[in-house]
Formats: sequence, C-alpha cells, structure tokens
Amino acid sequence: MMDFWPWLSLAGLGAFHGANPAMGWLFAVALGLHRQSARTVWLSLLPIAVGHAASIATVLAVMVAFGAVMDLRSLQLVAAAFILAFTGYLAIYGHRHRVRVGMRAGMAGLAAWSFLMATSHGAGLMLVPSVLSLCLADRVGMAGSLSVSLAAVAVHTGAMLTVIAAIALVVFSWVGLAGLRSAWINFDRLWTLGLGATGIILLVW
Amino acid sequence: MTTWRPDPSFYPSPRMAAKAPKETLAYVAAFDPERQRPDAIAVVDVDPASSSYSQIVGQVDMPNVGDELHHFGWNACSSCLCPNAPHPHVERRYLVVPGLRSSRLHIIDTKPDPRNPQIVRVIEPAEIAERANYSRLHTTHCGPEGIYVNALADRDGKAPGGIFLLDHDSFDVLGQWEMDRGPQKLAYDFWWHLGHDTLITSEWGTPDTFENGLVPEVLLGSQYGRRLHFWDLHTRKHLQEIDFGEEHQLVFELRPAHDPTKAYGFVGCVISLKDLSASIWTWYREGNQWAVKKVIEIPAEPADPDLLPPVLKGFNAVAPLVTDIDLSMDDRFLYVSCWGTGDMIQYDVSDPLAPKETGRVRIGGIVSRSTHPKASNGALNGGPQMVEISRDGKRVYFTNSLYGAIDPQFYPEGIDGWMVKLDVGDNGGISFDDAFFVDWPKGHRPHQVRLEGGDCSSDSYCYP
Repeated sequence: MMDFWPWLSLAGLGAFHGANPAMGWLFAVALGLHRQSARTVWLSLLPIAVGHAASIATVLAVMVAFGAVMDLRSLQLVAAAFILAFTGYLAIYGHRHRVRVGMRAGMAGLAAWSFLMATSHGAGLMLVPSVLSLCLADRVGMAGSLSVSLAAVAVHTGAMLTVIAAIALVVFSWVGLAGLRSAWINFDRLWTLGLGATGIILLVW
Repeated sequence: MTTWRPDPSFYPSPRMAAKAPKETLAYVAAFDPERQRPDAIAVVDVDPASSSYSQIVGQVDMPNVGDELHHFGWNACSSCLCPNAPHPHVERRYLVVPGLRSSRLHIIDTKPDPRNPQIVRVIEPAEIAERANYSRLHTTHCGPEGIYVNALADRDGKAPGGIFLLDHDSFDVLGQWEMDRGPQKLAYDFWWHLGHDTLITSEWGTPDTFENGLVPEVLLGSQYGRRLHFWDLHTRKHLQEIDFGEEHQLVFELRPAHDPTKAYGFVGCVISLKDLSASIWTWYREGNQWAVKKVIEIPAEPADPDLLPPVLKGFNAVAPLVTDIDLSMDDRFLYVSCWGTGDMIQYDVSDPLAPKETGRVRIGGIVSRSTHPKASNGALNGGPQMVEISRDGKRVYFTNSLYGAIDPQFYPEGIDGWMVKLDVGDNGGISFDDAFFVDWPKGHRPHQVRLEGGDCSSDSYCYP
C-alpha cells in the first residue's frame, strides 16, 4: 500500500505553483486580455504546464540517475545539499532572471518561459523528498523509480494545471486584475522558506 | 528588502492607475546653472488642503557641484506586475537621479520621510564607465529587467550613447543594455511598448555639440538628432530606423500610448529648419514595420527682431520650440510645451493620427513674457518646459528651464525659475490654478517634476 502523504504533498506543491501568479496563470490571462480572447487563455495554459513539467521531470531524471549509482542515504544527502545551496542562492540573489520572453510570446516561447521560471525557482528540487519516500516505500528499483517519478510529474502537473486553469478562468471572466494589488502575496519568500525547510528535513530524516 | 504585498502604488493597468489617490507631494530636479552650489531635489507641497500648498517643503542637496540634474525616475513602478517578469514585492521608494553633466548617479530614499528624502548611494561616473562604457546620464525608467538609464555618450564623451541597466534593489550597474545597436549612434530619450516587446529611442547629439549650447552650424547642417530607433526589448537588438529628414532637428520626447495593446505613440520635434515651426509626430504599426506621420505643426510667430535673442533675430519670428510633451493616462490628451512662445497646448488625441486642439494657456515666452496671477513679477521669462500629469489626468504641473547652456541662448537675461499647475476640465480645457505658483528660489532652476506614487511618464503597464 503506497503512502498517501507523498502524493498529497506532490499535488499540494502543484496547487501552490498553480496559485502563484508568477508561474503562469497571470501570463495566460494577460495574453487573453491583449488578444481579447478566452481561447488564448486556455491555449496558453498548455505550454505553461508542459514547460513546468519538463523542468521538474529533468530534475527527477537526474535524481533517478544518481539513485542508480548511489545508496539511498548518500542520495538524500546530495539532494539536501543541492536544495540548501539553491535556497541560499535564492535568499541572497532573489528570484531575478533575465527576461527573454515578452508579451508577443508564441506557444513555444511560453513553454520555454515556464521551463525557465520553474527551473529558476527550483520547482523540481522540492519534489525530491516525496519521490524519494515513494521509491523507498516500495523498494522499486531503477525501473520502478522511473515510473514513480513519471507519476509524480503527472500528479504535480495535473494539480498545477487544474489550479492555474481555475484561477485564470475566474480572473479572466469575472473578477479582473484589481485583486492582484492586495492578493499577490510574496510567494517567492514563502517558496524560499519552504525549500529551506525541505532541505533540512531531508538532511535529518 | 521585499514586502509581503505589492507596493500600493503599482497598478495592473492604466485604467486602474487613473483611479489612484491624488498626489500630495511633487519632487522637482533643480540645478545651479553657474555650477557653484550643489543641485538639489526639491519637495513641493501639491496638496490644496495643506497650509504649505505650493511651497517647497523639503530639499535634498547633492554631495557635489555641477551635476546638472535633469531627468530622474523611480526604482520600481507598475511594470513590476508584468506576468513575464514579475517583481511585485519591490518597493517604489527610491528616486534614481542622474547628473547629465557629471554622469554621477544618486539614489535617494523617499520612504522614511517623504518630505525629507535622503541620499543613500552615489554611483560615481568611473563605475558607470567601467561597467557600462557610458557617460552623460539622461532618462531613467523602471522596467522588466530592473532600472534602465540612458546616456548620451560613451565614457569618452563620444558616440554612441545608449542604455545601461541597474539592479532595482542593490543599484549595482549591471552593464550595457544593447546587444546589437545597428546604425544607432546618438541618444536622447527612450521608452517602450511592453505589449509589443518594442523599445524606442530618439536622438540629440554628442556632448561637444550641446554642453556649451546648441551649435548653429550643427543645427543648420542637420546634424542633431532626427531619427527614431526601434528595438526588440528582449533580444536587445536594433530592428528599424526612421529618419525624419534634413528639415527636422531635435526629435526628442517619446510618449507611447499607456494602453499596452495599442501600438502608437507621439514624439515632439523641436524645430524645422524650413520655417522654425515645431511638430508632433505619431508613430504606428504599418504592416510589419513602424511608420511615422506628422500630425501637428505649430508655426513660428512673427516678432519684432528687437525683442528676439541673437539666435533668432535674423528670422523675425519666435520659434515655438516644443521641448516636452506628455500623454494623459487614458491616452486621450497630449500636452505640448512650447518653450519659445510660452504656450502649453492640450490636444485631444483620441484619434492619434488626427489630434484636435482643446486647450491653451500662455506663460513666459521669449516675446510675450506672460505672467501668472500669483506671480509678483509682471513679466515672466522661460516658458513651459518639463510637463507632468497626475495619474487621474486632472492636474498638470510644469517648470520653465530647459538646459543650463541653452537657456541663455533663447533667454539671454537668464531664467528666473517657476513652477505652475493647471486644472483640467472634464472634457478637456486647461486653466491656471491661481493659487499655485512656485517662485523658485534664486540660484537654482527647476526642471523635471515627478509626482509621489507615480505620474503619466514614470510607469508602464502590461494589462489593458
């Protein structure tokens, strides 16, 4: 019987990403407003989800590769070190990055932007403890790890896509953007705190 | 430091920004043309309910003399809410104040006490030269990649001028912005269409052609700026150049539509070599290219040569000299400063290719010397120059000095500084606020005005 909690945390993190305006729903709404088209909002969500999924899949693939040549405890320590180093980087340098994608972005541009946003936030790193615990619980081996990782990407991205679609629909069709001024809490700061906590848990777990 | 909530002065769209609370303070750059005492940012009370309304209530002096403060801007603005480059938790609190002559950059904190701002960092010209290879700092805008500052010359005072980036938190100089400048050499103003990923730059001249005043041979030889350059804002590559032709000189101030879905804007041309007229041009999309069209021509006014400065005597006319323009937040009214004749003209530009005049006031002027009800002197000099509009479009502020070395070419007896305010009617029309006249303290001349919380030439928006 697989543990329920890792899956819930994968989905919860997906929902958190989906809720963060900087991870894509706001971009989709902006493009919809520019082109006065609800269809543009929906179409934009797909490359945003694909880019996000590609980013976390890349990180998990690297982890699985490490897992093939490393015992679990060492893998955990390596992952913790990566996460804590990344947390330190975000705490010192923030979430700034060069903007390469503008408001005329096409679908490929949106996917690339989403990939870069997810990667620069360390989105995949945050999933490592959940995936590790799933692999550990089932003693699944290399092939099993791959399928668990793919399932993790699917659950995380599915939750993210559901949330960005719901928020984009509500904002585009009903409430408008005025709420951004008060409701856009500092997700970056929360994320950095969460990432740091994850690294520490992984270290002592 | 970042905040938990977005800065309350950020707005997603110009429509929402137009509903912002009224400004109560204005920050005004003031410089000493004699370069004997430090330049300053003055704080002017613009709250009509205040007992010190229309008075200078605070001032921060620069640490050196001779900077020639000119244009300046905020470290962060509404573009921080853009979806592709969100930085919503940066605070709008620092004024980024360049010295046009000194190439020194001052960072001024307005937050602890908005009436008593403090200098928190000074970036010396050597650091800017080292990191970005530029000098003669001019315009600043907050935007997608931080703070953009343009410079009229390279570190040696020669062409090309261009843009460099500053980090909006640390104020470190990040380096030159351009990746491929194509044929662009001269620089003056810049701004962008965020919704169209396009940056636009205009031109003036190299420092040797303006730091001692305008050079008649250069002007008559059509060697001052007359081109617009269009760039890809994100790849930082030059895309297109539009030459206004030999007749048009000093194509200066750029005011793109605030609505990010609209792809047009206005630029003022100071003088025509044919008849001394000034003009306003609209740029717009035509197929896959940008195009321009002259939409307003303001003719020179015949004048008694005895009343004209030497530079204009031979022409028997006073040139309007459109030296600044500004566009209201709803993209409806364009304000045009005629520094020569003394007119401030309001145009309805709802149809950007067919403006209609809707209001006009006159103050100062080379010949007219028109006065103001609250001025003690019955004959004002200087003319409408840097103009700024409140976000709701109801109030317009302007000052009367252009540039230290050029002021005496057109106003040979010197300029006594003043700042005035106009009230705007609901459907256009402008009139002086009789209670607002800042008789600027002697020794300084006022230049650009920035309003607390933003104004019509400081912010840009990503949502319509």
